[in-house]
Amino acid sequence: MSEKKIRVLIAKPGLDGHDRGAKVVARALRDAGFEVIYTGLRQTPEQIVAAAIAEDVDAVGLSLLSGAHNYLFPRVIELLREQGADDILVFGGGVIPEEDIPGLKKAGVAEIFTPGTPTSETVKFLRERCGDKQ
Amino acid sequence: MNGKEQWEVGVVAKALEKHPERRAAFETSSGIPVERLYTPEDVVGSYEERLGYPGQYPFTRGIQPTMYRGRFWTMRQYAGFATAEESNKRYQYLLEQGQTGLSIAFDLPTQIGYDSDDPMAHGEVGKVGVAIDSLADMEILFQGIPLDKVSSSMTINAPAAVLLAFYIAAAEKQGVPASALKGTIQNDILKEYAARGTYIFPPAPSMRLITNTFAFCAQNVPKWNTISISGYHIREAGSTAAQEIAFTLADGIAYVEAALEAGMDVDDFAGRLSFFFNAHNNLLEEVAKYRAARRLWAKIMKERFHAKKDRSMMLRFHTQTGGSTLTAQQPDNNIVRVAIQTLAAVLGGTQSLHTNSRDEALALPTEDSVRIALRTQQIVAYESGVADTIDPLAGSYYVEHMTDQLQAAAEAYIAKIDEMGGAVKAVEQGYIQREIAESSYQYQRQVEAGQQIVVGVNKFTIEEPPVKGLMHIDSSVAANQIKKLQAMKAGRDNVLVSQRLEALRTAAQGTENLMPYILDCARVYCTEGEICGELRKVFGEYHPMEVL
Repeated sequence: MSEKKIRVLIAKPGLDGHDRGAKVVARALRDAGFEVIYTGLRQTPEQIVAAAIAEDVDAVGLSLLSGAHNYLFPRVIELLREQGADDILVFGGGVIPEEDIPGLKKAGVAEIFTPGTPTSETVKFLRERCGDKQ
Repeated sequence: MNGKEQWEVGVVAKALEKHPERRAAFETSSGIPVERLYTPEDVVGSYEERLGYPGQYPFTRGIQPTMYRGRFWTMRQYAGFATAEESNKRYQYLLEQGQTGLSIAFDLPTQIGYDSDDPMAHGEVGKVGVAIDSLADMEILFQGIPLDKVSSSMTINAPAAVLLAFYIAAAEKQGVPASALKGTIQNDILKEYAARGTYIFPPAPSMRLITNTFAFCAQNVPKWNTISISGYHIREAGSTAAQEIAFTLADGIAYVEAALEAGMDVDDFAGRLSFFFNAHNNLLEEVAKYRAARRLWAKIMKERFHAKKDRSMMLRFHTQTGGSTLTAQQPDNNIVRVAIQTLAAVLGGTQSLHTNSRDEALALPTEDSVRIALRTQQIVAYESGVADTIDPLAGSYYVEHMTDQLQAAAEAYIAKIDEMGGAVKAVEQGYIQREIAESSYQYQRQVEAGQQIVVGVNKFTIEEPPVKGLMHIDSSVAANQIKKLQAMKAGRDNVLVSQRLEALRTAAQGTENLMPYILDCARVYCTEGEICGELRKVFGEYHPMEVL
């Protein structure tokens, strides 16, 4: 089995300190065989994009519970695009009202996982969307 | 063979052959085994030593001699959003609805020492709480609310000294002296490093700011609770009930030690220490948790720190129902969860309580949801009868046994943290973060394996339409706040502002108490970002070790 593992950056954009969800998802992905990098708290969109490119990840998972997702998530996508790195898949999770999801998807967020989502669903999603590259 | 053993081999064994139990083994969230039946043999030690009487050491049964027969707990809903004007309206509404104290939620830029126009604040202004940039906002926040009558709890940690200074200065404007003020600043930096994330400065200067507020308030604001040592966020981050007690009291020990090192006498500040715990769904484990925490803290203060005054040994606490227990699915079910958690807090002897609203897994709560949450407390207080006698679950074989078990588990953790050199060291080494993350991950795996049922999430699910009418913070809030901030800066005496900031920076380089300097800055409308900016220059910033 020499196939390349899917690499994922789990990031906490903005000032939000709630990292329980981000850490649980990071560990679940790691247990499922992904290579996972966790940024830690309080990352600017610029820092997240730089890390995503430097680590050559297939996907970036953004976790936010502070309500600033409508600004911060699209900003990450915009910067990835500017850097020519928009092949990196962006997904998100946290306290995100249903009514905000269409706008985020339109901005380029591939999927939003809301509270109560089993981590197995995120694993399945990433295998489907990033697995075909290998 | 005693009576219980006879019962086990006789009656129970026969019943099990026909009807096996739901699970091979039962346990609480802390992994403490739950037996089929508890009897008098499970309650050890003398009544007088283990339990005693309310208002007396070891305070297991409560800290006041009459508890809720005298007065109910303070009903204190955590609230704040958008601008000072809008939050002021919500506070007026809550007070009209019979709420008896205020609890201020600040937005993240305020909690991390950034003004609303700072690039780091982009997208976050007014979102999870109210934006407060200076005394000017604080004056508006409490307009029409007499600060000598209402007590205010402020969830503010790294810049707690600054927001307390704004509050004192706002009271001065109302003609209320600092000595008359009642309230609490959270001021608990250690759990920010471990679980909540709104730190600014490294541990040593942070501990200095905290002991500075202890000393300043002992002299000038004697009715103020100078810290709220918080297990709430540790539990929210995924800890067990036993870890919640242990890590909170370990943090408490670190604060007491820091104040003693700063030269204070234990009985001069310990009486103003307060605590903050979570309330989860496992009703009886939670009740035992509060009782165990009270008994253990009393023992620590008496035996380790040789406190003399009763008040120094009393664990007074606020409770909030568990945010992480709320579900986005079938949100009305959360009303029932909150009611159970309210019972836990009241049966556990809380001094004040915030009840969460049903829609908080989705957004900030609407006014309707907040009213139901407050009514839940009022129904428990006025209709359930549980508040009419003190500590009514005492003497339950199970509750007493669980109280002992939780205390023992917490003491084992505290011994381990002592060995590491205390809570500051344990946080710096990532020990507490790792323990919490491990518990949180195990819980998630249990939920996903269906071993832990969450109603509406992994069982009894339905298809449901998205919830309508959620609270939404408009982005115009930030623009207005920034406009207000800039107008305020243009109108103040900027020469005086520079002088006061300069004086603060010089003091920070030395060893003086910084509170008087911060208060002088507050009075001339220095902003929070400017004050914290000076302190950042001297103290630097904390960079955490990331633990997965």
